[in-house]
Amino acid sequence: MSDQSDVNRGRRSLVIAGACAGGAAAVGTAVPFAASMLPSERAEALGAPVEADIGQLVPGEKLTVEWRGQPVWIVRRTQEMLDGIKRIDSKLADPKSERKKSELTPEYARNEYRSIKSEYLVVVGICSHLGCSPQDRFKAGPEAFERDWTGGFFCPCHGSLFDLAGRVYKNKPAPDNLKVPPYTYLSDTRILIGEDKKGA
Amino acid sequence: MAAAEKQAVTGAGPFNGLLTWIDQRFPLVETWRSHLSEYYAPKNFNFWYYFGSLALFVLVIQIVTGIFLTMNYKPDAAQAFASVEYIMREVPWGWWIRYMHSTGASFFFVCVYLHMFRAMLYGSYRKPRELLWIFGMLIFLCLMAEAFFGYLLPWGQMSYWGAQVIVNLFDAIPVIGPDLAIWIRGDFVVSDATLNRFFAYHVIAVPLALLALVVAHLLALHEVGSSNPDGIEIKKSMDPSTGRPLDGIPFHPYYTVKDAFGVVVFLIVFSIVVFFAPEAGGYFLEYNNFIPADPLKTPSHIAPVWYFTPYYSILRATTDEFVLWALAPGVVAFALLIIWSVKSSAPRIAVGVTAIVLLLGLLTLDAKVWGVVLMGASVMIFFFLPWLDRSSVRSIRYKGPISKSAIALFVIAFFVLGYLGTESVTGGRTLAAQIGTTVYFLFFFLMPWYSKMDTTRPEPQRVTWK
Repeated sequence: MSDQSDVNRGRRSLVIAGACAGGAAAVGTAVPFAASMLPSERAEALGAPVEADIGQLVPGEKLTVEWRGQPVWIVRRTQEMLDGIKRIDSKLADPKSERKKSELTPEYARNEYRSIKSEYLVVVGICSHLGCSPQDRFKAGPEAFERDWTGGFFCPCHGSLFDLAGRVYKNKPAPDNLKVPPYTYLSDTRILIGEDKKGA
Repeated sequence: MAAAEKQAVTGAGPFNGLLTWIDQRFPLVETWRSHLSEYYAPKNFNFWYYFGSLALFVLVIQIVTGIFLTMNYKPDAAQAFASVEYIMREVPWGWWIRYMHSTGASFFFVCVYLHMFRAMLYGSYRKPRELLWIFGMLIFLCLMAEAFFGYLLPWGQMSYWGAQVIVNLFDAIPVIGPDLAIWIRGDFVVSDATLNRFFAYHVIAVPLALLALVVAHLLALHEVGSSNPDGIEIKKSMDPSTGRPLDGIPFHPYYTVKDAFGVVVFLIVFSIVVFFAPEAGGYFLEYNNFIPADPLKTPSHIAPVWYFTPYYSILRATTDEFVLWALAPGVVAFALLIIWSVKSSAPRIAVGVTAIVLLLGLLTLDAKVWGVVLMGASVMIFFFLPWLDRSSVRSIRYKGPISKSAIALFVIAFFVLGYLGTESVTGGRTLAAQIGTTVYFLFFFLMPWYSKMDTTRPEPQRVTWK
């Protein structure tokens, strides 16, 4: 190492300034590379709303439509299913859908059944834990994962449970209820998923 | 000129002239000597010492077979699955190359896990080999990344949903998580963009890093010298006349021959799997991955490939109850233990503050976040082994009953977690995974105490060798 007194101060300052400028340029150059990994315009444009015809849906059955590459479930709930939803609030993590309201539950779904019409549940079928798609377990009765099961969804990946309003059970890996997408009724048998009101 | 002063190469018969010409322009003889013919390794290496060279051999298999797979594979969501089937059914010997690659992935992890376990048994990570161990751990991380990216490429159901789950782990990070996950995927869901970039990582980015790290690992090894089953330094007993370790033998030819024998045995086992059981009962190639990816339907049973299952079990074990009844009390107990053990006040305050911050986090953030944190910690904690182990001896041979029981319990926990990670979730299995997770972490967190208080036997002066 050179002695401190030997250092050419002016040259040392230039070296430091040069290194800083080079470093800043390197960081700046990294920005376009990082930005190139963001979703492209084309990927963003694919988020258009989709229409679903629910005229053929029998009570107790489910219809799956694809919206933004994700499954959206429409379940026509029977009276028995709706009664089940009413009596299990104490087992749920967020029975009143109060967490992340603006993101998960649009205003018109902030009710007991998390839906516009109580008969039809519309939710994105992606678990709020790590993004698996839960399975239907509509039949009420004892299950391996829950003795007093009133029907709902079971996530095979990590065992999260959701009731028939898409509300998550307590003490499960998933923190949040299933997301209710923006949707609106175009008529009694047609739902538009991805938009709140026509033209909005 | 220095080159002119170099001695001519002798003993290579007709090649003396050529080698001399090269050696005067490139450090050929010097490199050969310092890394092979005059690199002295302890003479008491045993069975466990095969796996380093075998891991290197599998890396070569993976690179060679990977190059040939790339010639026919198409990283396109619409064509990927079919191109893999094309390789399997129509490309001449394509099935063989692909099965070598898929079996090689599992064998890579077998070799690396055994290689790491060897280091844990004999304290190979202890001073002065900390950096060697850290390079090794970085190789392990790269290997995990490589396996994960590669697993998406066949675009089967397990590829798709496995990637979905792992990318969503980043989504759990508070504040930046959701945007970070979108940036990683390049889309709002796992899609063609994701497949394309994972292909880029798998075939170029990660392999380059992996190769560089392997070089660094070997350079660090040859700088400090190999450890051995007795965990003592052979450099302490030098032959005064030659200046070489008394218990050392040249790596070449002694260990090159030994490792070549290991490669032959390895190839026998490897070939049996490649030719007769390439799916290994669903453990090497999962059955659900023979179904093309379907973004609307998760397979009824999803599990990662076997080498990731212990960490996956830890992720699944982290429920609200586990956070409240195990992690929160664990943080308090551990903080008190450190405060009691450390005598000066500055570290005590630091530990106290950290514990309070952690407790606040445990009680406010989702269990999902902590599951991801624990899973990350379960891998990262290996980095700290050189500083956690405070035993007066390195090798398990001279350690006492506490250390021996601890490592036995750790291995059991690792296997139990690994098994549970392949199974679906039930209440009983979750509890078992929670116990396994606790044992797993206690092995590391309590090591500074139990390794120090344990009774040890004196290390020998020279390596034990029959």
